[in-house]
Amino acid sequence: MPNISRDEVAHLAKLARLAVTDDELDTFAGQLDTILSSVARVGEVAADDIPPTSHSVPLTNVFRADEVRQGLTQAEALAGAPAAEDGRFRVPRILGEEQ
Amino acid sequence: MTDLTRLTAAELAEKIRTKETSAVEVTQSHLDRINQVDSAVHAFLHIDTEGALGAARAVDDGIASGQPPASPLAGVPLALKDVLTTKGVPTTCGSKMLEGWVPPYDATVTARLRAAGVVILGKTNMDEFAMGSSTENSAYGPSRNPWDTDRIPGGSGGGSSTALAAFEAPLAIGTDTGGSIRQPGAVTGTVGVKPTYGGVSRYGLVAFSSSLDQAGPCARTVLDAALLHEVIGGHDPLDSTSIDAPVPPVVAAAREGASGDLTGVKIGVVTEFSGDGYQPGVLRSFEAAVETLRGMGAAIVEVSCPNFTYALPAYYLINPSECSSNLARFDAMRYGLRVDDDGTRSAEEVMAATREAGFGAEVKRRIMLGTYALSAGYYDAFYGQAQKVRTLITRDFDAAFGKVDVLVSPTTPTTAFKIGERVDDPMAMYLADLCTIPANLSGTPALSVPSGLSDEDGLPVGLQVMAPALQDQRMYRVAAAFEASQDGLVIDRVGELEVA
Repeated sequence: MPNISRDEVAHLAKLARLAVTDDELDTFAGQLDTILSSVARVGEVAADDIPPTSHSVPLTNVFRADEVRQGLTQAEALAGAPAAEDGRFRVPRILGEEQ
Repeated sequence: MTDLTRLTAAELAEKIRTKETSAVEVTQSHLDRINQVDSAVHAFLHIDTEGALGAARAVDDGIASGQPPASPLAGVPLALKDVLTTKGVPTTCGSKMLEGWVPPYDATVTARLRAAGVVILGKTNMDEFAMGSSTENSAYGPSRNPWDTDRIPGGSGGGSSTALAAFEAPLAIGTDTGGSIRQPGAVTGTVGVKPTYGGVSRYGLVAFSSSLDQAGPCARTVLDAALLHEVIGGHDPLDSTSIDAPVPPVVAAAREGASGDLTGVKIGVVTEFSGDGYQPGVLRSFEAAVETLRGMGAAIVEVSCPNFTYALPAYYLINPSECSSNLARFDAMRYGLRVDDDGTRSAEEVMAATREAGFGAEVKRRIMLGTYALSAGYYDAFYGQAQKVRTLITRDFDAAFGKVDVLVSPTTPTTAFKIGERVDDPMAMYLADLCTIPANLSGTPALSVPSGLSDEDGLPVGLQVMAPALQDQRMYRVAAAFEASQDGLVIDRVGELEVA
């Protein structure tokens, strides 16, 4: 049975890139524990020999002819960007100081 | 003079076609109604007055020059859920993350509506990124149920159901991942249809849980929903999960069903959907509905689907897992919100700060749940096991449909609950989708049709009809027959809204 500690929630938030607050850590720890304890019921089903379903309809690769088609223009693609410069997305620095 | 906002979509289209009225007049009367009542119900996040009137004028011009109508719904107004992209018109998904975002392209559903001459009035409110059963998770405030504005109109597509029930639009589009079309339909006395998975394109539908998400029609009558289904349905090369098969003949089935004869139809009652947690008035309404179906000639049998009791836990593992993956795209780089980019912070810090600021509590909960369920050490016990349960639920459906043509159940365990009642209790909120989730997991079609009012609170109850994959027409026939057996439409019994 899951027992989600505050530290585990902090770790999950870090993995998920969520800068959660201390108050949220307390709230989420309790709620995630309740939810996970409830959904853990799936483990009651004897399903060792059952194949998993990822998708309800059979999926196959779909190919199309390799033809040039009109996509978004550069201006359209950048129109929603938080910041753009010289026709490109402007992003914060990727590497840390020590890198 | 006829109040155009009280007519069905089929009636409006006919009056427009025969020039008894015009598309502009119909559109203006709905825009007027929105202006008059939306402050009381908050169905809309964005109203596109200019775009709507322009589209209506184009329909009228075509009729004046003698062209055949683009579709059986040409000139009819519609409310579009704000999870489908609209070129040049804001699309927020009910989130601060996308506040002010104007998509550079139309979803396929949007494009098909435009090509059919359907007039898009605006974008409707929803739980943030379609996560919720009440619209209380919208970053822009909840919508309110026209039957009682202290109550929820369902969710996530509560803006669409509200627009229909408040007579702001005769048609709407919803998306249904775990019940987000059917549950809002049930609690507002309107019709909501989740087609077979892959029956309506997901291109331009902002992805939440990709193996479950399905767009579909919402309306006040079964025939109107069928007409809309045929406009938006069908294969789309832009969606690799779109089914390459003809749209099931749902309009013909709705017309056939309206005769009220169900002789020869076998209907299964799902025995797992009753008992604890079900409101007595909802169960009484359901039992009466089953007797009505029997009276129309249907053969009724009880059917057990034992694994349905595990549908809710399986869903709340599969859905958050897919959610955590899909919502990784909101990274503050290419579109949407960005905060704390003051030149000192790294991309990763900006990303985390933006996601913290832009997402609401339910979205964060599901992202973390999914992150947990997919993480090493827990994957097999949680996500892997949930996928196996999904197989068993599909097998339950297959076995049931070997015996009966359609299955029926209540759409929701209770009528509309009060705003605020479940907002701090996620598990209580999740229970609203108890009966609707199995059809999402199996990809099979299901709809909700009003089955009257609960005798204890006078609020609408929905009858769910479920059919095998690609047999959507079966549920339309049964729902249309049931609708025809009722003494008028349930929604026509809604009281007039009090506007401050």
